[in-house]
Amino acid sequence: MKPIRRRFPWAFLAKRVAYGALAMLVIAIINFFLLKLAPGDAAEALAGQAGTADPVYIAQLRAQFGLDQPLLSQLWAFVVRLATLDLGYSYVFNERVSVLIFSRMPATLMLMGAAIVIAVIGGIVFGVTAARYANRWPDRVISFVALLLYGTPPYWIGLMMILIFAVTLGWTPTSGMENVLAFNTGWDRVVDIAHHLILPALAQSIFYLAIYIRLVRAGMLEVLSLDFIRVARAKGISERRLSYRHALRNAVLPLVTVVGTNVGNFLGGAVLTETVFSWPGVGRLMFDAMFQRDLNLLLSILVLSSFFVIVANLVVDLLYAIINPTVELK
Amino acid sequence: MDRVKSLASAILRDWMLLLGLLLLATVFFMAATAPFFFPQPPDTMMGPPLQWPGQYPGAPLGTDGLGRNILAGLFYGAQISLLVGFASVTVAMVFGILVGAFAGYYGGWIDNLLMRVTELFQTIPQFMLAIVVVAVLGPSIQVIIFSLAVVSWPAIARLVRGEFMVLREKAYVQGCIVVGMSDRRIIFTQILPNAMSGVTVMSTIMIATAILMESALSFLGFGDPNVTTWGTMIGMGKNNLRDAWYIMTIPGIALLLTALALNLVGDGLNDYLNPRLRSQRGQ
Repeated sequence: MKPIRRRFPWAFLAKRVAYGALAMLVIAIINFFLLKLAPGDAAEALAGQAGTADPVYIAQLRAQFGLDQPLLSQLWAFVVRLATLDLGYSYVFNERVSVLIFSRMPATLMLMGAAIVIAVIGGIVFGVTAARYANRWPDRVISFVALLLYGTPPYWIGLMMILIFAVTLGWTPTSGMENVLAFNTGWDRVVDIAHHLILPALAQSIFYLAIYIRLVRAGMLEVLSLDFIRVARAKGISERRLSYRHALRNAVLPLVTVVGTNVGNFLGGAVLTETVFSWPGVGRLMFDAMFQRDLNLLLSILVLSSFFVIVANLVVDLLYAIINPTVELK
Repeated sequence: MDRVKSLASAILRDWMLLLGLLLLATVFFMAATAPFFFPQPPDTMMGPPLQWPGQYPGAPLGTDGLGRNILAGLFYGAQISLLVGFASVTVAMVFGILVGAFAGYYGGWIDNLLMRVTELFQTIPQFMLAIVVVAVLGPSIQVIIFSLAVVSWPAIARLVRGEFMVLREKAYVQGCIVVGMSDRRIIFTQILPNAMSGVTVMSTIMIATAILMESALSFLGFGDPNVTTWGTMIGMGKNNLRDAWYIMTIPGIALLLTALALNLVGDGLNDYLNPRLRSQRGQ
């Protein structure tokens, strides 16, 4: 394919960044009122639920939140603290909240990335196969399995995988991200982490694999009925080449958008996957924060995750324009 | 009557829909008869702990680590799953329909504002938002229903808005406007009934999602501590993963079949309500 030259869509980018900033502001406001909803004033809720009823700490929190101020200036202070990433201190984990979250980000991103790659590749391969054999047995089997996977609790699939592949067959480790006691370095460490990554990434991808199979199948069926496919077939191009080179390019476009909108769901699902597999990421941190009643940490994770989703959606929009030059960005 | 008859024949033709309805009826039966078959609450010790299925006559599907009857847990868990699933989606439907109907009918800045808010809620990771709502308001059935409704309504709102934008341009709606019918009457008595088929299909599938999310909250230990749910049973069972894997496997299969049933019914309803789309699914 010839690369199509066009100017980088600065105006589009600026508009989307402005919209993203506005969205962040509103999400911050929603969070502010969520905190207000908690019984007692926010300082008591935060301190009590963090397990420390120390009056000095409560007084410090009151000052930090400016709870003696009117509501609007409280809100303003809250937004400013968020904007400067001053998310407070977690007494449960003895660490600044922003440091805590960012140190856990790489593990979650790795898990998410692997899961998305598995779901997309699996979805394309099985979806194309199902479409090529529409209404024959390979299609029926793939479609039914996809329907089954769609209704499977993802954390339960994870547990079953641990039972089968780790406990019974002994192929993979049961949990964790790496064998810390082995003190692996360099390439050995990469292999070790990849070995630990297989099961959680698979478990995390199952649900989306099911969606993408159905999506690719439907898209392929639509494209395969078009005239240009008939022409290509008449030219004598092989069925496989026809499916993967000609039809897939057009059928895969909706998939890009759906993957983009699923980024948030992948993050939410990470809470479950990381808990089941003791994967040291943001999801596991959220579980621990909930377990320890660290409300401030919980809300901070929610805000930063939403921010991440907004950025991811922007990237997907740009990506979409690159792979489909007929899309106009405005 | 004709409608009933055609629905009945559609069901018989589509074995997947039939399978879904049978599975769903079984779950409803379990929920309704739980107190009848198992007068004792499901969290009472009914026999020796860790009895495998078939090993102890008092508990055909075995007992868990505390000697609780797993079959009784399944029956009582069905009550919670159905209650949470249907209640949360009903709340989400009412709110989603209101937002979507006004946005789609009035258009303009109302549409712009409502849809921006809707998109915003779709940006926040669903499951995380549900966890935070439960964390703030405390774990109880009512709060869990509310939290799942909060994360479910945007999808319905967007669907209803789309339907309303198309339907409000139809001649019959224009006719209603010309004869001076009030907006409220047009929205609720003229357009909404025609938009309901898509909403019904989507809600059926969303009930499955809500049930899975409730089970996930319970599994993590953030559910209502006073009730036994399938999610809590899986959560407890994972401690016996090595020596008694049936404890977490059985409620997982119950969840899988319930979600499958709702998805099959949703797909079947879709074919029945939108026959034009049937060819696309290759049925």
